[in-house]
Amino acid sequence: MKLLDRLANIDRRLIFLTIGFVVAIPIILKLKMPIRISSEVRSAYETIENLPGGSVVLASMDYDATSAPELTPMFRSFLRQCFRKKLKIVYTGHLAIGLPLAQFDLDAITQECNAVYGEDYINLGYRPGYTAVMIGIGREIRDFFAVDYKGVSVDSFPIMKGVHNYNDIALIVDFAHGSAAEYWIQYVVSRFGVKMFACVTGVMAPTLYPYLQAGQITGIIGGLQGAAEYEMLVGQPETAAFGMPAQSIAHIAIIAFIIFGNIGYFVMKRKK
Amino acid sequence: MRREIPIIITFLTGFLCVVAFFIPHPPFGGLQQRFLIWYAIIAGFTMVLGLDSLVKYNIKKIVQRKQGWQYSYVLLFGLVLVLVTGFQSWFKYNTPFELRSSFMYSYIHIIVPLQATMFALLAFFISSAAYRAFRARTFEATLLLIAAAIVMLGRVPIGKMIWDKIPVLSDWLLNIPQLAAKRGIQIGVYLGGVVMSLRIILGIERTYLT
Repeated sequence: MKLLDRLANIDRRLIFLTIGFVVAIPIILKLKMPIRISSEVRSAYETIENLPGGSVVLASMDYDATSAPELTPMFRSFLRQCFRKKLKIVYTGHLAIGLPLAQFDLDAITQECNAVYGEDYINLGYRPGYTAVMIGIGREIRDFFAVDYKGVSVDSFPIMKGVHNYNDIALIVDFAHGSAAEYWIQYVVSRFGVKMFACVTGVMAPTLYPYLQAGQITGIIGGLQGAAEYEMLVGQPETAAFGMPAQSIAHIAIIAFIIFGNIGYFVMKRKK
Repeated sequence: MRREIPIIITFLTGFLCVVAFFIPHPPFGGLQQRFLIWYAIIAGFTMVLGLDSLVKYNIKKIVQRKQGWQYSYVLLFGLVLVLVTGFQSWFKYNTPFELRSSFMYSYIHIIVPLQATMFALLAFFISSAAYRAFRARTFEATLLLIAAAIVMLGRVPIGKMIWDKIPVLSDWLLNIPQLAAKRGIQIGVYLGGVVMSLRIILGIERTYLT
């Protein structure tokens, strides 16, 4: 019975140690697991697949390093899919500290896909104002982004020729770890009728399901699982697919701890 | 007049933005765009205000030797380092985001690992908190516990390996009960938002002036 009593009060250091092990071991052993493709991720993937070549996609980088393990694999897969489909990427962000992170991946993938700056993609940089910038682009993007992140006039780049507002943008893809995706839906999708899907952290994904079910967004890529599914669809599994066994076993460990805690709780309750 | 002028500005701005939403033609559409640009400029200046406040607060903390004053040195050093590397990179490459720049070096090797480490710690604390908080004390708590376990398993590949219906159950939980609750909450929140906006535009709600 003493053991059962202890189950109600496991030392938290033991929990920390167990979580550390169950995350590290699958990564060290390079375990693999089959990945089921969910309808919301497939739908997001197909949104891009169905765009005609040359369409302009606006990517908004609204995350930083805190969510990079979940969102970076999505961004890398997104870039690969877009460049393969010969889509044009106009990218900006509403989180000043997040944009340099995206730059790192952008440089790597553009080299891999032989994408040319100013023709296949452009980095418009960061502007303060958040929702004001989102709404303002609806009238004229140059009112907020007259120059790119290096201070060069956007009119000097072929990619920006004929791109003035949301009428010229085929799709918005938001990579967000906060409420930015909701703001894009509320201020831009509902008002200007532009297509959108969201790439968000696992914590944020449930918030967006009402918009998906209402047809306001075409898909959700949520959390590491969503990133892994998207990597599989794009055909280049990387860190997200690689991280799924660690996440799976960590979830099992947490559930096991919850069960132990409840066993201990009921044993102690019965004694009282 | 110190109260009346801001209230008049708020009323005119709010009213014009509402009108421009329904009539996006001249002069309203142009006016709204002008307001949005002003908003973006003002938002830029709020960062300067924030910087000023942050520096003053931390200098005061060091001077008065308040608890944890040593950390203020680290913060101010980090602030100066980012500013210096940012400006140096800007002058050298026309942007701080150039991968070879000193700003990007400090960003990738200091800011990113620090942020990632802070957030990674959450995995440990959430596990410990879940163990302590998820107790089947009541019927509702038991329901929450079971739903959480199903979603946790359904969202990872091992769920399907245990039982192929777990992902189906997880999707059902996310798409039906979760959405019903979420919609109810969101409708309430946004109705509250509309009411608060109207109160501010009409000058009834004035707490933002204090």
